[in-house]
Amino acid sequence: MNVPSNLLFTKDHEWALVSGDEAKVGITEYAQHELGDIVYIELPAVGDPVSKGDSIGTIEAVKTVADIYSPLSGEIIEVNEALKDASELVNKDPYGEGWIARIKISDPSEIKSMLSPEEYSKLVD
Amino acid sequence: MDENLNVKKTPFYEKHVAFGAKILPFAGYLMPIQYASILDEHRAVREKVGVFDVTHMGEFIVTGENAEEFLNSITINDVTKLAVGQVQYSAMCYPDGGIVDDLLVYRFADHYMLVVNASNLEKDFNWINGHVPARVSLTNISDETGLLAIQGPKSFATLQKLTKVNLESIPFYHFAEGELAGIPMIISRTGYTGERGFELYHSPKYSDKLWNAIFEAGKEFGIQPIGLGARDTLRLEMKYALYGNDIDQTTNPIEAGLGWITKLDKGDFIARDVLVKVKEAPTVRRNVPFEMLERAIPRHGYKVFANGKEIGVVTSGTQSPTLNKGIGAAYVSAEFSRIGSIIEIDIRGKMNKATVVKAPFVPSHTL
Repeated sequence: MNVPSNLLFTKDHEWALVSGDEAKVGITEYAQHELGDIVYIELPAVGDPVSKGDSIGTIEAVKTVADIYSPLSGEIIEVNEALKDASELVNKDPYGEGWIARIKISDPSEIKSMLSPEEYSKLVD
Repeated sequence: MDENLNVKKTPFYEKHVAFGAKILPFAGYLMPIQYASILDEHRAVREKVGVFDVTHMGEFIVTGENAEEFLNSITINDVTKLAVGQVQYSAMCYPDGGIVDDLLVYRFADHYMLVVNASNLEKDFNWINGHVPARVSLTNISDETGLLAIQGPKSFATLQKLTKVNLESIPFYHFAEGELAGIPMIISRTGYTGERGFELYHSPKYSDKLWNAIFEAGKEFGIQPIGLGARDTLRLEMKYALYGNDIDQTTNPIEAGLGWITKLDKGDFIARDVLVKVKEAPTVRRNVPFEMLERAIPRHGYKVFANGKEIGVVTSGTQSPTLNKGIGAAYVSAEFSRIGSIIEIDIRGKMNKATVVKAPFVPSHTL
């Protein structure tokens, strides 16, 4: 299972790419594989305040539906508009073109509580 | 995993593993849910040809001079209408009209075969066994029966290479006994997909050989294995009922939309008097097909509303891979069961509009 070394993770299978006071977030390779074909994604709205662990959207796959939980607290500053017409990007490229949203981080101390790539690898192996 | 200790493997288990299937316990068997993609497998069956391992289904043999009369008394369709070599879709009901199971009845020259849902196998056997009269005997041959379904527009071309039996001469819902790939079997022109195709009942000792021969013959058509995930989306596009979702012991065949197999005039059978009353009653709920008018996916158990009032419940739902929109089946009160009725599906607290449509959702190509 692909677990990029430059990302941080949650036990709910989200990832975050932290740069400065911003984070790009998405779901992991493991999560997209477990969900199967994704057909629709409900995205958050830009400007939405979020707390760590809040649902910021839902992913509808053929067989199931799952919440996307924010890995960090802050404010949604951008969503991946491409997913509205091409939700399969999350299946094809979950760490790249299939990103979900960008968050302005309000509580940097939360970053430390995320899982390292090594810790996350152990979880999904 | 402990839960896997008591689950059986079908004779095709190693094939599923080799094809990289996601395998989960279902109805007592380790079954392939999907190989790579449900959407891809769904399209393969609609456009080419796909192979389903459905060995988990149950098969019973009923013999004896009173077999016909007996089966007619425990099923709702008319067994006396069956010719030798013909198959009938039917159901068994409890005395209160609730459905024990839906099933296929095969008529052979000197016996009948019943094909029942895997998850109901034991319950069905006990139910039937509890009613078996003199001069009828019931045998469970499920463990000695392998079953592959080959479905899709290229199913005939694939299988005809392997048999001298003229496949085009077997009408829909009929079967032939013959050799295919050198293996003795029942070649049944049936399926659960809405496409042309066959179901092949055979001894598990030949399963490996059969799978290999079919995949070799279907190679030029892009044949591929299909999991239970796509089996569900394919059947739902046809609005075929699924036991446990759309029908169960709390639903009767009239309200389930199975009135077409409920032969109230054939003579007495279990639940007949109740079903006659249900048919005459003015306000029964109905299981209806519906399409989402908004971008949303309905699922089993979601509540149905109309004009702010709860009027029913979704029994099956998915994103239709063919139509690329949400489709489903729901029990709704009779006043909202007409084609074109506007209903609302409560999807995680948000009302999403849908409309009652005509079944099937996509054209059937079984003939």
